[in-house]
Amino acid sequence: MTISGKGWKYGDNVDTDAIIPARYLNTSDETELAKHCMEDIDAGFARAVKPGDIIAAGNNFGCGSSREHAPLAIKASGVACVVAASFARIFYRNALNIGLPILECPEAAADALAGHTLEVDLAAGMIRNLSTGNSYHAAPYPPFMLELIEAGGLVPYTRQQLAEHG
Amino acid sequence: MKAMTIAEKILASHAGRDTVKPGELIDVSVDLVLANDITAPLAIREFGKLGVDRVFDCERIVLVPDHFTPNKDIQSAEQAKLVREFARRYGIRWYFEVGRMGIEHALLPEQGLVGPGDVVVGADSHTCTYGALGAFATGMGSTDIAVAMATGRIWMKVPESLRFELSGQLQPWVSGKDLILYIIGMIGVEGARYEAIEFIGDAVACLGMDSRLTVSNMAIEAGAKAGIFGVDDVTRTYINGRLKRTHREFTSDAGATYRASYQIDVSTIEPQVAFPHLPSNAKPISQVGEVPIDQVVIGSCTNGRWDDLVEAANVLRGRTVSPNLRCIIIPGTQDIHLRAMREGLAEVFVEAGAVFSTPTCGPCLGGHMGILAAGERCVSTTNRNFVGRMGHTTSKVYLANPAVAAATAVLGRIAGPRELGL
Ligand code: SF4
Repeated sequence: MTISGKGWKYGDNVDTDAIIPARYLNTSDETELAKHCMEDIDAGFARAVKPGDIIAAGNNFGCGSSREHAPLAIKASGVACVVAASFARIFYRNALNIGLPILECPEAAADALAGHTLEVDLAAGMIRNLSTGNSYHAAPYPPFMLELIEAGGLVPYTRQQLAEHG
Repeated sequence: MKAMTIAEKILASHAGRDTVKPGELIDVSVDLVLANDITAPLAIREFGKLGVDRVFDCERIVLVPDHFTPNKDIQSAEQAKLVREFARRYGIRWYFEVGRMGIEHALLPEQGLVGPGDVVVGADSHTCTYGALGAFATGMGSTDIAVAMATGRIWMKVPESLRFELSGQLQPWVSGKDLILYIIGMIGVEGARYEAIEFIGDAVACLGMDSRLTVSNMAIEAGAKAGIFGVDDVTRTYINGRLKRTHREFTSDAGATYRASYQIDVSTIEPQVAFPHLPSNAKPISQVGEVPIDQVVIGSCTNGRWDDLVEAANVLRGRTVSPNLRCIIIPGTQDIHLRAMREGLAEVFVEAGAVFSTPTCGPCLGGHMGILAAGERCVSTTNRNFVGRMGHTTSKVYLANPAVAAATAVLGRIAGPRELGL
């Protein structure tokens, strides 16, 4: 599964309130959440983001509350992958569980700037920055995790598994 | 074979593999799945989307209505009803009704539902409590728990491990709570982010199970995924005649890899008080100063166990609660409640002028049974002192052990039992 798109760049400790402010949590409708994604740190994001775009960020991305609304908002905004130096634990789980691909790679995250064109091969764990010409390796996903992401998250993946194996 | 930590060994055994290494994503079988009256309703909704008509094993799911129970309002009654109906429909063996329940993390070890070598996942961040028994136990989101209820499996990232080697002997009135507050003060609330903390050393043998459960309970307050003790005679005595399933003992290999190792001489540790608004703001009791208090809470999944109530009773016996303060004491489970009545603790508490309640999370999360008003200060034996955790956003929570909480209740300001000549 190869993804390529325009890069968005953020710093360290992007918390779940920055990703989707608590005042919008009175809905779990994803398109509604996407309208406010990143609102408090990047007011232009929600309007300008295009399907296939990639977020690059620093350490501890997604820290703060356990709200699954945060990765849901990013996914529904069209972002195809988040590459960060590191992720907060619960965000990491929640992102993969709802089918938002994320990769931990400090070097690739540091090299990427807003507007760069990035290409990600999830199966190989390969991140290419087409604007700088550099390539980086993150740990690749094992087959079950790739299947989970391709299925669209943990619930659809489990449905499939249960249907196949009973 | 590669040297592994206890956490790595437990995970490898549940992934059907010989070895695992930190950072790997693995698919593991789980021995027990847990949810409560707040998180189960969400998990049940996601479970409904899976298109299954059964749970993976009705003997291995535990549902405990403990947070807003006995139901504090109509909404919480509706939530509890949803959980009860799900439990009936799927024949969940370990559904604990009000009157037979307890706070989940006090109840599960007591009822012998978790044991050494288990992998336990719960839709509650303090699921890490069971590390005290040599289990790998961790908190997750409701979607994870829905899938675990359906399949008995869950994906995990193998954590790195951190090692705390504890030597020396604890001073009087110092217990597991002080040890863990001291450690969190030392490494900070993110000091063990995503990692498994392992507690070893001579001092561990002297820690009773109730103290160990307190220590593991608060591993999450340092960001940890798990807080694990090895299995020894204290563990074996505790599970003997109690544990309802077979178990397996794992031990860390001598050459296992740790991200970092710390040595602590526990004899230097005083009773600790964590000031608002982070568990890492721990100070030794000698440096607390004059802090008047409005309410004391003794209870929760951190310090609502038998040894905790005994400590509190040893301070409160023959004394009375300060006229300027409310003292609320909540046993962790029905069994502890009953024993407190039989052995005279309940009488000590009520005679001292304290509330002695049925088991509930209640005030710990600002739910009910002791909410703080604006500006009020509370000494609590619970685990979180975040802004607004127990009530109004301007109220303040100080975390401490049960003996300090009880001495505070008598004197009306933060104080240790030594000030009472104990
Ligand atoms: S006692 Fe407090 S920390 Fe423990 S499970 Fe209940 S609400 Fe959570």
